[in-house]
Parts: sequence; C-alpha cells; structure tokens
Amino acid sequence: MANTEQKKIRVATTSLAGCFGCHMSLLDIDERLFTLLEHVEFDRTPLTDIKHCGPCDVGLVEGGLCNAENVHVLREFRNNCKILVAVGACAVTGGLPAQRNHLDLADCLQEVYVTEISLHNGLIPNDPELPLPLDKVHPLHEVVKVDYFIPGCPPSADTLWKFLTDLLAGRTPTLGVELTRYD
Amino acid sequence: MTMQLETAQNPETLRRVAIDPISRVEGHGKVTLLLDEEDHIQQVRLHIVEFRGFEKFIQGRPYWEIPVMVQRLCGICPVSHHLAASKALDQIVGAHHLTPTADKLRRLMHYGQMLQSHALHFFHLSSPDLLFGFGSDMAKRNIVGVAAAYPDVARQGVLLRKYGQEVIRHTAGKRIHGTGSIPGGVNKNLSLAERDELLKDVYQIIGWARGAVHLTKQLFEQNLAEYNAFGRFPSHTFSLIRADGAMDLYHGGLRAKDMDGKTIFDHVNYNHYWEQISEEVKSWSYMKFPFLKVLGPEKGWYRVGPLARVVQCDFIPTPLADKERQDFMAFDAGNPSGSTLGYHWARMIEMLHAAEAIKELLHDDDLQGTDLVVTGERQEVGVGMIEAPRGTLIHHYHVDENDQVIRANLIVSTTHNNQAMNEAVRKVAMQYLDGRKLTEGLLNHIEVAVRAFDPCLSCATHALGKMPLQVELIDAEGKQIDQITRGVCDEPSSCC
Ligand code: SF4
Repeated sequence: MANTEQKKIRVATTSLAGCFGCHMSLLDIDERLFTLLEHVEFDRTPLTDIKHCGPCDVGLVEGGLCNAENVHVLREFRNNCKILVAVGACAVTGGLPAQRNHLDLADCLQEVYVTEISLHNGLIPNDPELPLPLDKVHPLHEVVKVDYFIPGCPPSADTLWKFLTDLLAGRTPTLGVELTRYD
Repeated sequence: MTMQLETAQNPETLRRVAIDPISRVEGHGKVTLLLDEEDHIQQVRLHIVEFRGFEKFIQGRPYWEIPVMVQRLCGICPVSHHLAASKALDQIVGAHHLTPTADKLRRLMHYGQMLQSHALHFFHLSSPDLLFGFGSDMAKRNIVGVAAAYPDVARQGVLLRKYGQEVIRHTAGKRIHGTGSIPGGVNKNLSLAERDELLKDVYQIIGWARGAVHLTKQLFEQNLAEYNAFGRFPSHTFSLIRADGAMDLYHGGLRAKDMDGKTIFDHVNYNHYWEQISEEVKSWSYMKFPFLKVLGPEKGWYRVGPLARVVQCDFIPTPLADKERQDFMAFDAGNPSGSTLGYHWARMIEMLHAAEAIKELLHDDDLQGTDLVVTGERQEVGVGMIEAPRGTLIHHYHVDENDQVIRANLIVSTTHNNQAMNEAVRKVAMQYLDGRKLTEGLLNHIEVAVRAFDPCLSCATHALGKMPLQVELIDAEGKQIDQITRGVCDEPSSCC
C-alpha cells in the first residue's frame, strides 16, 4: 500500500454494457474498502454524484460497448485517465451481451416490442432521448487503447484488490494463475 | 395530475434539462425535464436508455445453461434471476415438488441475497441523502462521506452486505454469478463447517439489521412532514403472497390490492400471469409499462417491492420483523404506504426478516440432506416467479424437444415500478423544482425519488430496442456536447 503521506490516487469507474457484477465484486473487498479509501479518492463512479469523468490516475471500466453513449463515455474516460483498465469479460471480449452479435436487430425488436405474449400494444421505442444502439457489441480495445485487461465474470474481489494494491504501490500489477480466472 | 406531465404540448419551444446519468442507482437511466420561460415544468420523463437483448439471444441455448446465463442480467441481484429461471425450468423438467434440502437451500441463497442487496441499496447508495440532506454538499453526499461522518453506520452496512454475500457463496459456490441452483433442485448442500461459519455471526447481523430499521424510523420521525409528503402518491400494490397471507419472498400466489387496501385479486396461480397483467410500450423508454388488466393501462399501474410487500402482506413470519411491520403500519395511521421514502423503511424491515429467516434455516438439519434433485414428466412451458429485492420477477420459457429454448419472456422488478417511478419523479419535480432556478441540489431531489425505488436499471435493460436515427448528447446544463445523425454503424471507429 502506498505511503499515506502521498497525494491520494484519483480513481473513476463506470459500467457500460455490463451488469454491475464487476462493480459488486470490487465492493466484495468488504472492510478493505476503508483501507482503500485512505489511499484513493473517487471521481465519477456509481457511488458518487459526479456525472462526468475529470482528470484521473486510474479508470476502471466494466462492460463492453453496445450503444453510442457507451462509446462517448469510454472516450471521456480514455481522455481523462492515465491508466485505463478493462475490468471483466464484457469489457475484455464483449462478454455475454455480445451473444447478440449474430442476430439481426430488427428481428429482436419485433419480438421484444411487438409480438411478445404479455404486450398490450406493439410499438418500437424510437425517441431521440434513447441512444443509438451499435449493431454489434464491442470490447473496449477495439475503440480505445487499453492499458490493462482483467478477465473474469466477474474478476474476484481478491483479484481486484491485488491489482489495485500493486498499482498503488507503484508496482506493475501481476495476478498469476491463482487470481486469474474466466468464470 | 402527474400523468399530464408525461407529454408536453409543444416540446420544441421548451428548455431541456437532463439528469444524466442518474447516479447512485444500479444501471443506466436519465431523467429529462422540459421547462417553459418561467421555469415551470411541462414535461418529466424517466428514460431507460440501454438494451442488451437477453430474451432473444438465449433462444437456441440448451435449457440447463439458462440459470447461469440469465444472472448476467444483473450483478446486484444475480440470485433472483438464477432462481426465477430455475423455478421456470423446474416445471420444464417436471419437478413440481423439490426435495426439502433443495427448497431450503434455494431459500437460504435467496434470503442471503435479499440481505446483501437491501444493505447495499440503503447504506452504500441511499443513506447519504437521508443522513446529510437531499440538497447537501455533493462532494460529501456518498458512502465515503458517510464513512467519515458516521463510521459505525458505514461499517455495519459493509458488514451486513458481506454477510449476505457469504451466505450466497456458501450456497451458490461464488458470491456473484454462482451455479448452485439447477433445474429440479440444487447441486450441493450446506456442509456443517459452512453452517457453523455462518451461524457464528448471525445474531450480530440480526442486531445490526434491527438497528437499521430503527435508523430509518428515526429519520422518518425527525423529518415527518417532509418525508411523508415527498413524492407521495396513491397506487395499487402487487406481490407474491404465501397461502396463509404471510410475506414469502421465494414463492406464492399473486396478490393485488387497490389504493384503499381492498383486494383486487388474491392467491392467483402465477403460471398464467399474462391473464392478470399486460405491458404497454412507450416510444421514449426501452422499459415497458405493466398494468393490471382488469383496470386497464390508465388506471391499472401498481407498485411492487418492499413497500408493496410490507403493506399488503397479512404478517411477516419472523417475530422481530413482524413487530417492526406493525409499528410501520401504525405509524401516522399507516401513512408510509403512500410515501415514496417509506420504501427505505420497508426495505430495512425486509432486511431484518431476511436475517431472521437465515437464522431459522441455518438451524434446520434438512440443509445437510443429500437428496438434491428431482425430475418428472417433461413439459414445454415453464413460468418462474420470485420476489426479488426490488419486486416481483417473472421468467417464462418455452423449450422444444431438442432441449433448446425457443421463446423467453422476462419481466423484471424495476419494470413493474416504471409508471410509479415516473409518478414519483413528476411529483417531486412539481413539489421542489417548479418555477425555481435549478441547482444541483434541487436536481438531486429527483434522484432521491428514483433511488427510493432502488431501481435496477441494469436488469431493466435486458430488452432490445430500436435504433433512433439521431442521438444528441447533452450535459446536465442542457448544453449539446455531441450529435450523431448516422444510421446503425458496422465500424465503431467510423461512428461517433
Ligand atoms: S464481466 Fe460478468 S460480472 Fe462483469 S459486467 Fe460482464 S457479465 Fe457482469
């Protein structure tokens, strides 16, 4: 752990096309959260009310890219974070949401919003307030440069803890076989 | 009154303000406000802006993969999806009565999840608003601020959540996205060592959960007028209910009551849920709007989740939580029932119930049984329902003779609350924002209303949506940052 005298490391996190499981796994460090807070301050994360990422040391991104807004947020993170980390299967490969990549969007829409059993009216949402979906789900590195990839669905709390404590101590993070997993 | 704020007459002449993204909730959503020249509010909408398409892409998969796949809808309540899918698939494999070991193990898993999710929602996400004030300093209004100002509260929140996660780990194999439940039963029991580890802390957990109920009650008492009025509106309620009228978060029949507490229907078998509820689609949200069919889309919308469950059950089958329920119902003539912030109080009562239920289950020898799975005659259709932390969750599958899923319908808890959340947001907009200069603190009042429901916008984005041809990116001050006018793109690098 870094020396407490030092300036706190500023960390931003966001969930794009993910399920928040990677964020939950980060919270699974349990009481170690309080230790982390001695060394880290949060910028935009789902835990704070900062809506846009400012200059940060580390950006942790969960989830792949499924719409234009995800791309926009990712670029905002890349522009502001010195180190950008793809956290979890969705960010690294697209993950489960990328299962839709072999499907035709129009068919999906028709089924979910027009023909499903419990529907009252058939109508496909089309308001300009809704972000443009990409026709495929993409992993982060296809759009921006990514500095570290942490696999797992989600990576375990111990994995994330090791990664962060290495970074805070100024070491190159290494996980080893024990902490690398793909389930 | 609030329905008319759904759609303004002449939107192009109005000023737009967006709260985007809504923070300290799970998932992706935003609120847009349209204001006239005198800052009067003409339109308010809560939009769900993402989609992921689970219903479609699980088609073609072998049915036994489903409980593991669908929990990736949501990392906060994965157990709910894991179990709702398992319950639907129990019917597909003809397992109409699980073994006591399987039934109780799943219940233990579920109550573990109820505990962790309610703790997370209250302590990590919502408590900053309640402890510091809705319009308080934004820099402090988060769990870090709570840890500094109320270290005991923050610590207990973290440890309550941890305990729930440990219950899940011991029953599902993993804290997030485990594999414990399978069609027809479970794949492991609870060993004595695991049981003893959980028993060690359970009394402490019950004590803290009780303290949390008292904290919410105290906050209500201290801010009575404001809390009662905040985003208040009457509505019908909907949940599963046990045959004897008790709260049961794992299984039951359908109960709906109207806004005066009168029964609309009761103990209805959920296998034909579409005879009771239907869903309306609106152009401006990927999340649908369910309603009770007997009352129609205008009048038939309802609330689900902790407030609905606590208000409409006849009793809670554990003593401490039932005592708290009685206090809650007696409080100011039962007023919390219409109050949006009453959700927090009801949520903590349920968290206490979960802790007590876990204790009772841990003392049951059936958890060490070895009879784990049953099968029977195959069926084509299965419907599974469960009370997830945020409300009633429905999974519905058709499986063909090749064991492949051919159709799926998922109605998640947050979807049931769609209209209610929109009502609350409009109500608060009129109460606090109308005619005033908007500040960050005022806008946070809207988010406080959204947070009371603990919406899981992550779950709510499972459906696929349409590609609008134009997208504008506008910041919280209404300034346009970016505009996209292309169609769907193949190459991410060429778009945006
Ligand atoms: S990697 Fe897994 S846990 Fe993380 S966001 Fe994706 S589905 Fe959720």
